Amino acid sequence: MTAVQAPPAPPRGILRRPKSTTGYWSWWTTVDHKKIGILYGGLGLVFFLIAGIEALLIRLQLAGPNGAVLTAGQYNTLFTMHGTTMVFLVGMPLATAFGNYLIPLQIGARDVAFPRLNMFGFWVFALGGIFIYSGFFLGGAPNGGWFGYTPLTSMPLTQAALPGHGPDFWAVGLVLLGIGSVSSGVNFVVTILNMRAPGMTLLRMPVFVWMMLVVAFLTVFAMPAVTAALIMVFFDRNFSTNFFVAAAGGDPLLYQHLFWLFGHPEVYILILPGMGIVSETLPVFARKPLFGRSVIIFSGIAIGFLGWGVWAHHMFATGLGPVATTAFGLSTMLIAIPTGVKIFNWIGTVWGGSIRLTSPMLFSLGFIAMFTIGGLSGVTHSIVPADTQQTDTYYVVAHFHYVLFGGLVFAIFGGFYYWWPKFFGRMLDDRIGKLNFWLMLIGFNLTFMPMHILGLQGQLRRTYTYPANMGWDTMNFAATIGGFVIALSVLVFLVNVVKTARRGEVAGADPWDGRTLEWSIPSPAPEYNFAEIPQVKSADDFWHRKYTEDEEGRLVRLPAGGADDGASHGDGHGIHLPSPSFFPLIMALGLPILGYAAVYKSPWTAAVGVITVFFGIYAWAIEPGTAED
Amino acid sequence: MRHPKSRIAAPVLLAGFTLALAACGENNNRQNSLEPHGPAAQQIDDLFIPILALACIIGVLVLGATVYAAIKFRHREGRPDNPKQVHGHTALEIGWTIVPALILAVVAVPTVATIWDLAERPKGPEVLKIDVVGHQWWWEFELPKQALVPQATKLNTKAAPDAPPTGPIVTATELHIPVGTKVDVGLTSADVIHSFWIPELNGKKDVMPGRTNRLTLEASEPGVYLGACGEYCGLSHAGMRMRVIAEPMDKWKAWLANISGPPVQGSDPKSPEPEAAKLGDLLTTTYKCANCHSFDSAQESTYGPNLTHLKSRRTFAGGAFELNRKNLLRWVKDAPSMVPMQSKQCRLFTLKEICNGMPSFTKDTPKGEKVMTDEDANTIVDFLLGEK
Repeated sequence: MTAVQAPPAPPRGILRRPKSTTGYWSWWTTVDHKKIGILYGGLGLVFFLIAGIEALLIRLQLAGPNGAVLTAGQYNTLFTMHGTTMVFLVGMPLATAFGNYLIPLQIGARDVAFPRLNMFGFWVFALGGIFIYSGFFLGGAPNGGWFGYTPLTSMPLTQAALPGHGPDFWAVGLVLLGIGSVSSGVNFVVTILNMRAPGMTLLRMPVFVWMMLVVAFLTVFAMPAVTAALIMVFFDRNFSTNFFVAAAGGDPLLYQHLFWLFGHPEVYILILPGMGIVSETLPVFARKPLFGRSVIIFSGIAIGFLGWGVWAHHMFATGLGPVATTAFGLSTMLIAIPTGVKIFNWIGTVWGGSIRLTSPMLFSLGFIAMFTIGGLSGVTHSIVPADTQQTDTYYVVAHFHYVLFGGLVFAIFGGFYYWWPKFFGRMLDDRIGKLNFWLMLIGFNLTFMPMHILGLQGQLRRTYTYPANMGWDTMNFAATIGGFVIALSVLVFLVNVVKTARRGEVAGADPWDGRTLEWSIPSPAPEYNFAEIPQVKSADDFWHRKYTEDEEGRLVRLPAGGADDGASHGDGHGIHLPSPSFFPLIMALGLPILGYAAVYKSPWTAAVGVITVFFGIYAWAIEPGTAED
Repeated sequence: MRHPKSRIAAPVLLAGFTLALAACGENNNRQNSLEPHGPAAQQIDDLFIPILALACIIGVLVLGATVYAAIKFRHREGRPDNPKQVHGHTALEIGWTIVPALILAVVAVPTVATIWDLAERPKGPEVLKIDVVGHQWWWEFELPKQALVPQATKLNTKAAPDAPPTGPIVTATELHIPVGTKVDVGLTSADVIHSFWIPELNGKKDVMPGRTNRLTLEASEPGVYLGACGEYCGLSHAGMRMRVIAEPMDKWKAWLANISGPPVQGSDPKSPEPEAAKLGDLLTTTYKCANCHSFDSAQESTYGPNLTHLKSRRTFAGGAFELNRKNLLRWVKDAPSMVPMQSKQCRLFTLKEICNGMPSFTKDTPKGEKVMTDEDANTIVDFLLGEK
């Protein structure tokens, strides 16, 4: 900051280090966790809209029997891409968006542990998503289902189990996305374990941070299983290996074990951030501390551990035999217990509160209700014999949409309404938010509630058409209407975003009377986060700087303007932040090039990819984290 | 303002209601897991329905508590801003951990018992054994020689004309079973993973290449039970349907006698009659039907369904179409216009590679191959339906 001292450093290597931290170009090279969080969120929302359009096309096709909106091939591509997009390009990145923006703020840190790795993770995600979608234009979008069972996906192109290059784009694309998720997972683990403000012991951490810690561990350990499986798929398809070829001694079922060993923890990777978000919003709007805080935290950890022991409940129809199905049936029942405990504690939190039914609160309450329905239908899957009737029908489709849409997406919208002022400095409109909530709640239930019945009545998922006279027409039509109501609710959200971008109410530092550290700093958060690193004395530290409790448990407001009014002082002068960099982006650019080289078996493209990746790694390694002034 | 609105609303509501009723009235769904017609499905239903009811009750209680709390404790004018600060309650925590655990323990007992019950494989001479092979996108059924199936057939008559009959009777798409008889089904796949599902008789069981899964089927009343492939298996997964026709033992035996008999009289493509020679030429050389289909129940099919005694079936093409002359003519000429197929290249290759499903014989005809004439199509359909 002392500009007089040193002359500008001469350009080192080919690329002069980027300097700007504002303006359009700064977004390409930023290492600021908040900007990266916003990038994750923005791109996640774009993919959310794309996946939504895919879902609407699916619903249009199924609005009546013998639908003719889509061909079978188009339909198969759309449900594959809808699932893949929602899981890998919407659910995970949106959770990562909140994690990125909020974890450092909630633990009182100035950035994540590895800012450039963070940037790399984002660009791998962005380019991986574009890579998968580029299949639409380059000879085959993925069409093997989001869990891509072998040998359907692993049979070589010449055997025509599936038309086109779809599974290649899918397998390679998911490997790329896995690289991104693992790097962000590692980053979160190290950040949370090492960069907490003084006094913030593990049990004083906000529950959202706790859940993200569990998620980060799950991501780091789950991704390798699926990566191995995907590479085997790719090798079987392209290099005549026989991992999944039964006739050559391979085993198609091996893939399912590997996939679900990742896939079930993945479900918790998706839902735990939602649980974290509502654990933050409920106490704020009920104006009561989180009921059974440590129990909620330990339940989250228990879910994280038990989540590794239930994968085969996705495979009850595969003929595992009664011993294995019994074991996995029981472990699935077991995982319902910590999940139920969390739900009861959330209700305990709002019970007896002074509830402000704001938009974030409505979405959080909606989360509890919808997630409960999804959890209960999940318990009926653990009834193994019943699951053999339910699996692969619309009953399952209903179940996981209640968990992932009713759960995660409701929580994410609640999170948007809650933290928007911290992200952008302006409130989202609460009345429009309520309209958004009610439309989404009604549309969601209209879409997915009938699917329970449809599934039990025999309608199978992943079928592009169904015959008339099965008694399914009315409920399918209702589901299609519901789908468009959901779309309308998302449109209302976008209107809200656009409308308040310029004219929204300007939010102060602490518009909700919040409990956690992010509300102690100005909105939007300054680049350096905290002018002074806070000293933490308790859980909900910021709240306890504002309030104390009398002997009967009543809140007493501390006099404002005291010695410790909770506000962050100073203007960040003299704080050294990590500097922007090109190299993580360059390294990330090399990966999809390698991906195309693999799909098209082009050694020259591979050479370009390898050079790009190595240049990125090397330049990144010798570049100091913070540029000299 | 109210009157006009209600005048419109009433008929609209009425129409909607009638429509809903009509939709239900037309219901011809024989693929409904909620209407079990066999002991296995019944056992599953008896297990599932009480647990579903229990889940619904718990759901109503939890949702009720959430909504109640949101309304009852919402902030109103004149109420204190801040409620009593409660941080937790140990007894409650223990309670709502133990109570769900107990409920689940109670649920687990009949669940585990049913898992083992259903896993038991039926034995004895009165059990009918059937082997099912899943193909992209149709079902093949084989009845090996056994007490109930005395008429074994010759496998591969061409290769060993004097060998004693040992092969199974092979049919497709429609499976006939006797009512009240336990059927021990062996399941395997010729290509990718499928899942065998007749909801009104039993739950799903996956059909995998390289292994044989087992499932017990039994129908307690005569009837047609619809089924379908439950595991996504590629382009025409939706069209991979089937039906189980449960009938009294004597009717079933008559069906068995019929399909294990010789192919329909006068239509044997190997007969030296000139008309038959022409037919044989169409089936083997011009359109190469015999590359994939067999027309002799003594042969396991290669890639397409065995078409011997096709006329004994009510449906074809994965059970999607009623078997009649009009449908069959269209099918023979241009199957991909009826069911999505990956078969553009099929007429160029004699091996299964690069080809899935039945090609069109009127569209995308490769150079040097013949476009199917109406006359030829009629000849083939005549033969298939045994009408000449």
